[in-house]
Order: sequence, then C-alpha cells, then structure tokens
Amino acid sequence: MTVSSVPPAVITRVSFSRRLKDRVVLGLVWLAFAIAVVPLVSVLWMVVKNGLARFDAEFLTHSMRNIGARDAGGGAYHAILGTLEQVGLATLISVPVGLLTAIYLVEYGKGRRLAQSISFFVDVMTGIPSVVAGLFILAFWVLVLDMKYSGFAGALALSILMMPTVVRSAEEMLRLVPNDLREASYALGVPKWRTIMKVVVPTALTGIVTGVMLAIARVAGETAPLLLTVFITDSINENPFNGPQMGLPLYVFDQAQRPNVTAVDRAWTGALTLILIVMLLNLVARLIAWWRAPAKGR
Amino acid sequence: MATPLRTREGGPAMRRSAFRRSRGDGPFRFATTGAGVILLAIMAAIAIFLIVKAVPALQANTGNFLTEKFWTPNATEPKFGIAALAFGTVLSSLLALIMALPVAVGVALFISHYAPRRLAGALGYIIDLLAAVPSVVYGLWGVIFLIPFVKGPWTFLNEYFGWIPLFAGDAVYGKSMLTGAVVLAIMILPIIAAISREVFLQAPRSLEEASLALGATRWEMIRISVLPFGRPGVISAAMLGLGRAMGETIAVALIFPATFGITFQVLSNDGNSIAANIANGFGEATPIGQGALIASGLVLFVITLLVNMAARLIIARRKEYARAAA
Repeated sequence: MTVSSVPPAVITRVSFSRRLKDRVVLGLVWLAFAIAVVPLVSVLWMVVKNGLARFDAEFLTHSMRNIGARDAGGGAYHAILGTLEQVGLATLISVPVGLLTAIYLVEYGKGRRLAQSISFFVDVMTGIPSVVAGLFILAFWVLVLDMKYSGFAGALALSILMMPTVVRSAEEMLRLVPNDLREASYALGVPKWRTIMKVVVPTALTGIVTGVMLAIARVAGETAPLLLTVFITDSINENPFNGPQMGLPLYVFDQAQRPNVTAVDRAWTGALTLILIVMLLNLVARLIAWWRAPAKGR
Repeated sequence: MATPLRTREGGPAMRRSAFRRSRGDGPFRFATTGAGVILLAIMAAIAIFLIVKAVPALQANTGNFLTEKFWTPNATEPKFGIAALAFGTVLSSLLALIMALPVAVGVALFISHYAPRRLAGALGYIIDLLAAVPSVVYGLWGVIFLIPFVKGPWTFLNEYFGWIPLFAGDAVYGKSMLTGAVVLAIMILPIIAAISREVFLQAPRSLEEASLALGATRWEMIRISVLPFGRPGVISAAMLGLGRAMGETIAVALIFPATFGITFQVLSNDGNSIAANIANGFGEATPIGQGALIASGLVLFVITLLVNMAARLIIARRKEYARAAA
C-alpha cells in the first residue's frame, strides 16, 4: 500500500507499443519528405543533364525560322524575347492595379462591404485555372474585339493571373507597416494620400518588390494562356502588339510534342533556360527579402 | 436647456483644417477604389464573355452538351458533350489528391514539428521549389522520363491488384490517367504542404506542452492537439489543391491519352480532361470548335470556382493562415 512500492522509473517509461507507434510515425514523416523531394531532384537532374547539351550560343541567339523538326541547330531567341516582352507587359499592367487595390483594402476599405467582396474575389481569383484566363482573353480580345493573336493579348491573360498574387503580397506588407508611422505623419498635418505615398508604401516597398518578383516568376512559366492568345511562330517577332509571338513555355510545349531527338533536345534546353529565369527571379526576390528584412541584428 | 454638446469638438475651425488636410485625397481614394472595382469587373467579365462566346456553339450543337461523349465540334454537324471530359477531370484530380494529401500532410508535420528548427526554413524552401518549376517542365519530364518509367510499376499494379476495378483492364499504358495523376499530385503537393504547415505551426503551444507534460509521446501530442486544431485548414488546403489539379493544363495535355472514353480503368489508354482538351484541340478548331472549347472552359471555371469558394469559406474563419494560400 505504500507509495514507494511503485518504482519511480515507471513514471518515465513509455510502454513499448506507444513508443513503437511514435517511432513509426517519425519514420513515415521522414518518408513523406523524402517522397516529396524525389520528383524535384529527378526533374532538376533531367533538365540539367539533357538541357546542357544544346545550351550554347546558337540556342540563345537564333530562332527556329527555316529549321525543320529533324534538323539540328535552331534556337529559342524568339521565344526568350517573347517571354521577356509578354511578362514585362503583364507586370506593367498588373502591378499598378494590384498595388492600388491593396492600398484600398488596407487604408480605405476597412470594414466596408466592397472591400470584403474584393478581398473574397481576389482569393477566388488566385484559383482561376490559367487556361480559363486564356480563354477569357481569347473570347474578349480576339473574338469580340476582333484583335489578332499577339504578345500583348498574352500579356493581358498573364496579368489576370498576376493581379491577385500582387494584391495579396502587397496587402500583407502594407498591413505590417506600424500605425505609429501613419499617426506621426497625420500629426504633422500631412494628408492621407501623401502619407500613403511617402510613408506607408516606401516602408513596405522591399516586401512589395519581393511579392511582385515571385508573381513574375510564377506567370513566366505559364503555357496554357499563351497557347490561346499568343499562338505559335518560328520567327522572331519583336513587336508584341502585332502578330503571333513565341514564349519559352510555348517553345518547350511545341518541341516536346515532336517525336524526334533533336526537337526533344531543344525542348530540354528550353526548359533549362526557363527554369534558370524563374529560379533567378525567385532568388533575387528572396535576396531582397533577406537583405531588407526588418528588425534584424538590431 | 438640453442642448447637446455639439460644438465642443469638431467646431468650424477644426473642420476647415480637416478639409484642407484631405485635399488631393479624393482622387487618390477614387483611384484605389477604382482599381479594386476593376478586379471585381474582371471576374464578372470572365463569366460574361465566356458565356457570350459559348452560346452560339451550344446552339449549333446537335448532341446533348451534358451527356454526349463525343467531341466533334469541327464537323459540319457539330456534336460535342462535356461528359467524358468532366469525368476525366474529376477522376484524375481526385486520384492526384489521394496521392498528394498524405505526403503533403507528412511534409507539413515534418517541417513544423519534426525537423530541427534551423533546418525547417531551408526544407520549406525546398518544397517551395517544387511549386516554382513551371508546369510545362513537369509535362516534358512526364513525357520523356515518367511515361517509359511507369510501364513496369503499372504492369505490376495491373497484375497483382487488378481485382481493384481501378487497376483492371487488358493492357497497361504509360500514357494513361494514372501517370497524369502522378504528375498532378507532384504539382499540387507544395500548396497543400504550405497551407498545412502554416496551420500546424499555429496550434496552441499551451496545448502541446500540456499534452507532453501529461506524458504523451510526440505522436500522441500531435494527434491530440495539433491535428484536431489543424483539420479545417488541411481540408481547405486539400480543396485548393483539388482546384489546382482540375485546372492544370499543359502537363496533362502532354500525358493524358486524349480519347473520349468514360472508364475507371486508369491504366488504360483512355481518358482526357477539360483543360487538356482545350490545349490539344485549340490549334485545329473552327469558330464553332472554339466556341465549344470555350463552353467546356466555362464548365471548368464554374467547377473550380465552387471548389475554391468552399475552400475559402472554410479558411476564412482563421484569417491568420489564409496568406499561405495566395
């Protein structure tokens, strides 16, 4: 009956089955992580291994004009150029709209029904399939307004995919700006809009830039909307406002479907170029975020 | 006698200065509100223009759009239906979700509760890299590497698990629904893992410590305090992943067999999805054909919209971790 008859070790000892279960789950969780990393390693390995073969000066400076699928040579200059122009235009369209919307949501819309519905639909918009965005621009720009397939139409489709991402990241950054800064500015008699432009936005700027870079990286790899709006061409078209263009994702898609080795090799090299561009954008975004991270080492 | 103290504050002098302060604020406020309204207008316009361009094709359709299993909108007597495509879209996405969800939850738990603190950030970044790889690259990888690679495992599944209707059938093909679903699973894994991780990290510290103090093992602590807390978040993450999988286009356009059959035999050379059909069929589409593809896109838009809205409604109750879903 004495308490001391229970050895103290019993309290700390965990029964075998419970310990086993704990270990099994530990193993499963490690396994899950390993499973998730396998495809990433496989994809990156294949892209680097197969892509390097054609990653040469000709690839970066030549187009596919007059080059048949079986012919060696050829390059993706027209596609790289097209991607840069399309993504650049999409950024020019979506950043002002996205940033202004974020400012409205944070600074003006607090508690309003309009702001709530905008906020909800921005969330919903992030889930729009990219192919639907492409179809919308096709229906609106190409079929109803009777414009031609062009890089600009592609940029319009990409900007629909970019806007919600820009709004969300900018909104988050603007919310992080301490209220003291706004109040100090108001106390000095600065009007609200100047406070926003001169105090709030500059404070949040690096975060906003990071978000925009990530958004660019994301749409740079989109293929489906381009397929429906930019069309496909083998030639260099420097003018995004006139005639079909090419984009790197389209180039990879186009070459990958051709059943011969030289085309598939070009597809791999196109994929390598695309991944390099996307990873570079990601890296720059993270460097900016890390470099200007608030309250570090203070 | 009972005059309210109306002029105490906000008297004429103050009001004038308040007015002066807000000069220029009107146009700026208008611009920001306008930008927000533009976003709403775009959402409405997407629905409107898709409907406008879909209706003529639907009127020309000689079959029943909802039940027809053929897709021949370019013929002189256009006949097309969404049945086979919608079936393939839902089946492949559900398969992808079944494969991705356990792994993603495991990854999220690993990063939030198992990995060493210092490593967790880097590991999360590695998973984010999965999302950064463009979908067309997964498509290329699927065609050149995965399709030949899965021939063996798929034959094995068919031989020993053929009694499960899913894996039944006479022959197995690399270019099949299941191969596409594997690629879809890889592509939706990061979003599910990212949201789940955010949720798990917000499980109340006090509950975790309390269960550990009562003698729970790490797994028991997670089962008692973390998983119940995170359940709504994981459910909405799964739905967002499902929405992504249904809308994914280019990777599956390269991998699905692109035929219009309805079968649960996912190893067979049969199956297609709405998005893949748009990508593959657009090149040779006549005006009616384009209208038919737009009509199918409208169906995809509505399905994904419903799934995403449901997911957002679940997530909205806990605003704090909604940002991971952006």
